[in-house]
Amino acid sequence: MATLWRMAMASNGNRLDHQIIHRIVERGARVLDLGCGTGDLLYLLAREKGAQVQGIEVNDLAIYECVKKGLSVFHGDIESGLAEYPDQSFDYVILNQSMQEVKKVGWLFEEALRIGSKIIVGFPNFAFFQARAMLLFRGKAPITSSLPFRWYDTPNVRFLSFSDFKDFCREKQLKIVEAHYLGKKRSIHFWPNLFALNGIFVVAK
Amino acid sequence: MDKAGNVGVVKTQFYTFAESPDELILESDRTLGPITLAYETYGVLNRDRTNAILVAHALSGDAHAAGMGEGDAAPGWWDAMIGPGKAFDTDRYFVICSNVIGGCKGSTGPSSLNPKTGKPYGLDFPVITIADMVEAQRHLVDHLGIEKLLCVTGGSMGGMQALQWVASYGERVRSTIPIAAALKHSPQQIAFDEVVRLSIMADPAWRQGEYYESGQPEKGLAVARMIGHITFMSETSMEEKFSRRLKKGQYNFDFAADFEVEGYLRNRGDNFVRRFDANSYLYITKAMDYFDLSGGRLIPNGRTLPTRFLVISFKSDWLYPSHQSQEIVRELKMKQADATYCELPSTYGHDAFLLEVEEQTTLIKHFLDKTFNGYLVADGYGV
Repeated sequence: MATLWRMAMASNGNRLDHQIIHRIVERGARVLDLGCGTGDLLYLLAREKGAQVQGIEVNDLAIYECVKKGLSVFHGDIESGLAEYPDQSFDYVILNQSMQEVKKVGWLFEEALRIGSKIIVGFPNFAFFQARAMLLFRGKAPITSSLPFRWYDTPNVRFLSFSDFKDFCREKQLKIVEAHYLGKKRSIHFWPNLFALNGIFVVAK
Repeated sequence: MDKAGNVGVVKTQFYTFAESPDELILESDRTLGPITLAYETYGVLNRDRTNAILVAHALSGDAHAAGMGEGDAAPGWWDAMIGPGKAFDTDRYFVICSNVIGGCKGSTGPSSLNPKTGKPYGLDFPVITIADMVEAQRHLVDHLGIEKLLCVTGGSMGGMQALQWVASYGERVRSTIPIAAALKHSPQQIAFDEVVRLSIMADPAWRQGEYYESGQPEKGLAVARMIGHITFMSETSMEEKFSRRLKKGQYNFDFAADFEVEGYLRNRGDNFVRRFDANSYLYITKAMDYFDLSGGRLIPNGRTLPTRFLVISFKSDWLYPSHQSQEIVRELKMKQADATYCELPSTYGHDAFLLEVEEQTTLIKHFLDKTFNGYLVADGYGV
């Protein structure tokens, strides 16, 4: 489900989140994308930044798309696929739109920062004003363009806002090195916890 | 080559080497020579000699991987994957397949004449290993004037040979595709092989391997092959293929083959004894049991490997289950090798590497394309 959604989003072409991650990643960086979907982001990074890229993805149809692009990917779930990597194998471990589907988030961040020096995490904002309005005025579980699923078919198991994420980082003593807030078509600078659909954070120890 | 995408009529060739006094020194420290390898090639070697792919066969396979031999009723064992426009595209690549040493399809094995006695080797044939098979293939590849192979690939024992190529000659292998393979046999796999061997050796006609004048142990070999076929299928594929269907629509109340599955196995066993040497079955299964590249032996420590990997497993394969392919993948992650792993959702069991053509083709075609050309010309995604 989530992968199909990612496939659909990927077909939009220029994704704002991809452009932002593209700007963050340095030329020639070693990148591991956890939940890489059809590999559009990795392909962009490999092609335009000469990054050494690798992905992990659970959906076999998405894996075929990655291989068609010439990418190196592992078929499997991201929680069981990290233990073998030596310490600091990557400059960036990317969790773009996949963290909210993970159960052991704290553990995952620890593992990701063992095998990589920074995490780039992108996730939908549960405190987006439309989501708040839906819950407050209509008494219904929020559905927004960044949280498009109904309660019974969502792959998401974690629902959080940017404020929640900052609390998490404080508690785990992680540094937020960069933060970007995204609306539908452009970055959001004013009250992001209320007005941004998605956030992208660069996290380090 | 015809338009249907087949390599057409092919002819098996032979290469003999390791003549006295340059016999091949085996992993067991025994020697073997002279050695003849039966092999076939499809497609054309390019001028730079950079487009050669070595295909290694499984337990009962042979050099005839694609096309039709003269007078053949059926094409080679991987014809669906090798040919113009196929996964191993012979319009672009030069594909080589040779029969393993220890085999009985034209390469030197226990049924070959021992030059010292003028009689078939029988059990005087030295026990060989997967590494010995690869060493013999390396002589053939040298003979063909190929320094670097674009790819070494194969399913099951063919996948083991592909992995052994990386361990022995990693710098000569640009990419490898081990399919439904393992770094080592588990006790379960060894156990099946042992039952297979004992069923051959329990047949009085086996005569300690010296049966070449009296006729081979057909009953034992047939049972051995039947055991094999059970392990190659999945519960689902057997249900789909046979269910509990009866051959005559009713019980016979005797010990003839009542069920279709019984008839199928007996049939497979009977056909097999006509085309395969019982001693070869012993030697080759032993080679598979000895194979062990676990514990860092696949890629020695401190070596960075230029080889790209595409590891493929099948969900319903319980003989070489996916976790064995994942063990290969774990090893590759540890060594930070360039690797892709995919578990295909097949119901065919271990046989899937011969039958799941479409998905394997998608993966292999693009993987080879990337290996051969780099990122830029992958179709539809060119910059």
